[in-house]
Amino acid sequence: MTVLVFLDHDDGVIRQASRSAIAAAAKLGDVDVLVTGADAAKAAAAIPGVKKVLQVTDTSGNSELAEPMAALLADLAGGYTHILAASSATSKNVLPRAAALLDVQPIPDIIAVNDADTFVRPIYAGSALATVKSADAKKVITVRASAFDPVPAEGGNAVIEEVALPAGPGGSTFISTELSQSERPELESARVVVSGGRGMQNEENFKLLDPLADRLGAAIGASRAAVDAGFVPNEYQVGQTGKIVAPELYIALGISGAIQHLAGMKDSRVIVAINKDPEAPIFQVADYGIVGDLFTVLPQLEAELDKAG
Amino acid sequence: MKVLVPVKRVLDYNIKARVKADGSGVETAGFKMSINPFDEIAVEEAVRLKEKGVVTEIVAVSIGEAKAQDTLRTAMAMGADRSILVETDTVTEPLSVAKVLKALVEKEKPDLVILGKQAIDDDMNATGQMLAGLLGRPQATFASKVEVADGAVTVTREIDGGLQTVKLALPAIITADLRLNEPRYASLPNIMKARKKPLEKITPADLGVDMTPRLSVISVAEPPERKAGVKLDSAAELVSRLRNEAKVI
Amino acid sequence: MSETQRETMEFDVVIVGGGPSGLAAAIKLRQLAPDASVCLIEKGSEIGAHILSGAVIEPRALQELLPHWREEGAPLDTPVTEEQALYLTRDGGLEVPFLERVMPHMSNHGNYIVSLGDLCRWLAGRAEELGVEIYPGFAGAEVLVDDSGRVTGVATGDMGIGRDGEPTGNYAPGMELRAKYTLFAEGCRGSLTKQVTAMYNLRKGVDPQTYGLGIKELWEIPKEMHRPGLVQHSFGWPLDDRTYGGAWMYHFGENLVSYGFVVGLDYPNTWLSPFDEMQRVKLHPSFRPYFENGRRVAYGARALSEGGIQSIPRLTFPGGALIGDTAGFLNVPKIKGTHTAMKSGMLAAEAVAEALATNRVEPGSYTRRIRDSWLWQELRAVRNIRPAFARFGMKKGALYAGIDAMLLRGRAPWTLHTRHGDNETLEPASISPKISYPKPDGKITFDRLSSVFLSATNHEEDQPVHLKVRNTSLWKTVNWDVFRSPESRYCPAGVYEVADEATDPRLQINAQNCVHCKTCDIKDPAQNIDWTTPEGAGGPNYPGGM
Repeated sequence: MTVLVFLDHDDGVIRQASRSAIAAAAKLGDVDVLVTGADAAKAAAAIPGVKKVLQVTDTSGNSELAEPMAALLADLAGGYTHILAASSATSKNVLPRAAALLDVQPIPDIIAVNDADTFVRPIYAGSALATVKSADAKKVITVRASAFDPVPAEGGNAVIEEVALPAGPGGSTFISTELSQSERPELESARVVVSGGRGMQNEENFKLLDPLADRLGAAIGASRAAVDAGFVPNEYQVGQTGKIVAPELYIALGISGAIQHLAGMKDSRVIVAINKDPEAPIFQVADYGIVGDLFTVLPQLEAELDKAG
Repeated sequence: MKVLVPVKRVLDYNIKARVKADGSGVETAGFKMSINPFDEIAVEEAVRLKEKGVVTEIVAVSIGEAKAQDTLRTAMAMGADRSILVETDTVTEPLSVAKVLKALVEKEKPDLVILGKQAIDDDMNATGQMLAGLLGRPQATFASKVEVADGAVTVTREIDGGLQTVKLALPAIITADLRLNEPRYASLPNIMKARKKPLEKITPADLGVDMTPRLSVISVAEPPERKAGVKLDSAAELVSRLRNEAKVI
Repeated sequence: MSETQRETMEFDVVIVGGGPSGLAAAIKLRQLAPDASVCLIEKGSEIGAHILSGAVIEPRALQELLPHWREEGAPLDTPVTEEQALYLTRDGGLEVPFLERVMPHMSNHGNYIVSLGDLCRWLAGRAEELGVEIYPGFAGAEVLVDDSGRVTGVATGDMGIGRDGEPTGNYAPGMELRAKYTLFAEGCRGSLTKQVTAMYNLRKGVDPQTYGLGIKELWEIPKEMHRPGLVQHSFGWPLDDRTYGGAWMYHFGENLVSYGFVVGLDYPNTWLSPFDEMQRVKLHPSFRPYFENGRRVAYGARALSEGGIQSIPRLTFPGGALIGDTAGFLNVPKIKGTHTAMKSGMLAAEAVAEALATNRVEPGSYTRRIRDSWLWQELRAVRNIRPAFARFGMKKGALYAGIDAMLLRGRAPWTLHTRHGDNETLEPASISPKISYPKPDGKITFDRLSSVFLSATNHEEDQPVHLKVRNTSLWKTVNWDVFRSPESRYCPAGVYEVADEATDPRLQINAQNCVHCKTCDIKDPAQNIDWTTPEGAGGPNYPGGM
C-alpha cells in the first residue's frame, strides 16, 4: 500500500504538523508526499521515510485555491490507498472537495490508526472519541497532529517529481493572503496560551502576564472567574462558555481549575499550573505544577526564560 | 438572487455530550436540540444580504428526522422565506448530505449556497466543500466577510495565521466561520410569523439519493482522563522540563 | 425601550410556565374550549429544561386529563414496587417498620418513578396536538394591567440588553402577549406571581409560605446494583432536630437513580449548607454502595412550597389565576406535587372556560372548584404535619405526624400555623454551631462548580445581573456582619461568593451559574435579593431523565 500525504509549509519549511501526518501515514504503508514549490519539495525530500516527493510547480496563487488542488489530488489518487494531511485550514479546504470528486466520505481529525480502514476521531468538540470504519475503497483523512509524534525533518533522501496543477473548474480567483501582524496570536490558534484566573486579584495585576506572553509568543486567556470579576473582557475567556483552546503549551496562573475552565483547555498538549492552593483541581490535569504565590513565581519564570535565552 | 442555506439540528452547544453506557454513541434522547451554531451564522449572513437588497429569496433546507422542522422554523424566524425538509432517519454524512443538496441546487437553482463550516456534533467540516466539488462550483470556506457585487462574491477567509481573500464567480458555495457575524435572536413575533411560512417535506428517494453511510461507528468512548503530572519546586526546574522533556519551548 | 416598540399578539388565554400545571391547564382548556386560543410561554430553552423533581408521581390527575395516557406513550415506565423510609444515624440506618400504617400518606402503591422533565416534554406534545401554541425560550418579565386593574397578559423580556443595561446590536424588544385570562404557572416562588400577589394583596389573611430546597443528582449505576421500582426516603442524620429534611433515592429507567436531598428553608443554622448536606449523605452506608462505580450524569436544584393549605393565597384576581406550585399545592408529607399541580391547572382551566363563555372578569369559580375537589381533601388531611415539625422539632414532629395519621386520620379539629417567613428563622453566625463538611472526593461527592457544569446552565454573558441586591450596604451590615454570608452556603450553584473576605468583604455574584432555584429570593434574611427573570432561554438545560 502506498499513501499520499499533502504537506503544508511556511516559506519552504515543512510544518511540524505535516511531519506528524507523515508519522500517521507510515502506519498505513509507503509514503509519498505532495507539496508546492521547489524549496518545500527539497525540505520534504529530506524527511526520513518519504519515498517520493510530488512537487507542484505552479507557485502562483492558484496553488492556494481548493479547486485546482482538489482536482490534482483526485487525479493522483489512482495510485494510492489513502490520502492524508495534517488538520489545517488548508487541508480542510481541499481534502473534502477531493473526496467528493472521488465519491468518498472523508475522515477528519483522526487521533489513532487502528487498521487500514478503522480510525479514532474526536466528536462533539472532543467530548467523545468515535472509532469509525470506512467502507470506501480509498480513504481521505486529516490527522490531528498532537496525537502523533512528528517524524524528523532531516535524514531522508527522496526523489522529487514535478506535477502540474490542472486547470480546475474556473470561477475562483486568488486575491491575497494577509498574515496577522498583531504581536499577540489569537487565542484559538496560538501555540502557547498564558491564562490568568481570580488569583490575579485585579485588572492591574493581569497586565503582569504580558511580558511572559511576549517572551513565549503566547496568547493571553482567562478563566470565567477572572472575567466575571471584571479583570479582563469576555473575549479572553477560556472554557465551556468561552473559547476552546488546545495549544502546545498552556500555562494557568492563579486558576483553580473549575470544570468549566478545564473543558476549554484540557486538550492542550502540555499544561502548567501555578497556584498557591496545593489542592486546586487544576493540578489534577497539569503536567507540571508549582505550588506557590504566582506573584513570586512569575518573575522567577521570566528570569529563567531570559537566562536560558 | 436566491440563496440556499442548509441547517442541521444538533445537540445544543450548552450541553456536554454524554457517551452512552453501552458505547454505541452519544446520548441525545430528551436533550435540548438546536440549530447548529455555524448554520445559524450562515442564515444570519443570508438575511443580512437580503436586508441589503442583494438577495431576494432565502430557502432553508434541513436533512434529518421529522423534528428537524423545528430547526427550519428557527431559520424562518430569523428571516428565511421558506424551507424544505428532506426527511430521513438514516445517519447523515457529509457525502450523502452533499448529494441531497446537489439535487436540490439543481432543482432550486440558487446563486449562492451558504453553509456553516462544521456541525458541532460530528465535527466533520466537509459538507460545503463536498457540495462544491460535486457541483464543480467555486468554493470559499471559513468565511469571515462576504461581499456580493457584479455577479461575483468576494470572500475573506480565515486561514491558519491570517486571512485570505478570494473572489468567486456566481453561482458559488460559501461556508461560514465564527466571526462572520453575530446571529440575531429569533424574536417571539418572528417565531409566530415563521409558523405560517411554507415548509415542504420530501425524502432523499424523491431526489434519487442513496443515503447509505460509508462510515460505520464501531464504538464511542469518553476520552481518557488527563492524569496529574509532577509538582516542581522552582521556576528553573519548570523551564528546564519544558525545554528538555516536553520540548515545547 | 419605549413600549411603543413592542409588538402585540392577542390570545384568549396566556399561560406563563411550561411545567405540569401550565401544560395540564393548556390541555384542559383546549379540550373544553377548542376554539379558545391558548399561548404558553416558558423561560427555559425548551419544555423540560427547567423542570426538576424527584419524581414519584401519582397518576390520578393525568388519568383524569388524558385517560389514554398509557396507549399514547406517556413516559411512566417504572412502577413503584418497593419502598423504605430510613431513619439515619451517623453510621447506621433503621428502616421504619409497617410503613403503610405509620405513614399512610407516604404510600406509593400505584405510583410511578418518572423524569418529570420527560413527562412535561410529552405533555407539551399532547398540548401542541390540541392546538396550544408553545413558545419556550421566552420569560414573562412584566404583568400587563389595564386601567380597570385587570391583568391583561404579560410582556416577555427584552433580548439583547447589555450588562450595562443598554441595548446591544442584537436588541430585540419583548412582546406583549395580551389575553382575556392569564394563568401564572411559574412554579415555586414565581417572579410574576410575586408582582401579582403584591398588586392584589393575595396573601392577606393566610400563613406565610414556607419552603424547601431540593437538590438533585441523576446517576447511572451498575446494572447489578439497580433495583427498578425501589423508593427510599431518609430522615434523621445529618440534620439536627430543628431542621426539616431528608434524602430520597429512586431507581428507575435504564440503570438510572434519582438521588436528592430536601432541606426546609426554615432552618436556623446560618452555617448549614444544603448542598454539602446532600453530598455527605451519599457517603452514608445506606446509600454509598449504590454510587460506587456509578457515574453522575446531571445535577440541579429547585425550591418547593411546603406551607400547605394554610399558606395558599387567594387564587384568582381580575383577569387570571395562580396554578401549581406558585400557589403552593404541594403535598409535603406525601412529597408530591405533580398530581396536585396538574389538578389545579385543570380546575383553573374549567373556571377559565366558564369565564370565557360568560365574559366574567375574574375566573372566580376556580377557588370553589378547588375546595370541592379531591385536591383540597387531600391537602386538608395532611395540613398539620409539616407545621408540627416546625413547631415541635423533628423527633416530636414525627411522633405528632404518626398520631395525626394513625389516630386522627387527618381529621384533627385544630390547624397548626406557620408563623414566620423562612427569611426570619436564621440565627446569627456567632451563636450558630459551625458544621464541618467532608471535602469532595471527585467520585461520589463533588463541589458546586463541577455540579453546576452538569446542569448545562448558561446565560448570555452580556446582560444585566438578574439577581438584584437592592441595597449593598445592607448586605454588609446584615448578611456579612451578622450571618457571615449565608447565601454563599445555601446557593446550590455557587452564584454567591464573598470576595476579599479578610480585607474588604463584598458580595461577588456569578449570575451565570444560576440554576433558577429561587432560594436566595426566599431565604435572604433582609429580603434584599430579588430574583428577576434573565434573558429568555437562560438557566439550566436539564437533560432527559431529570
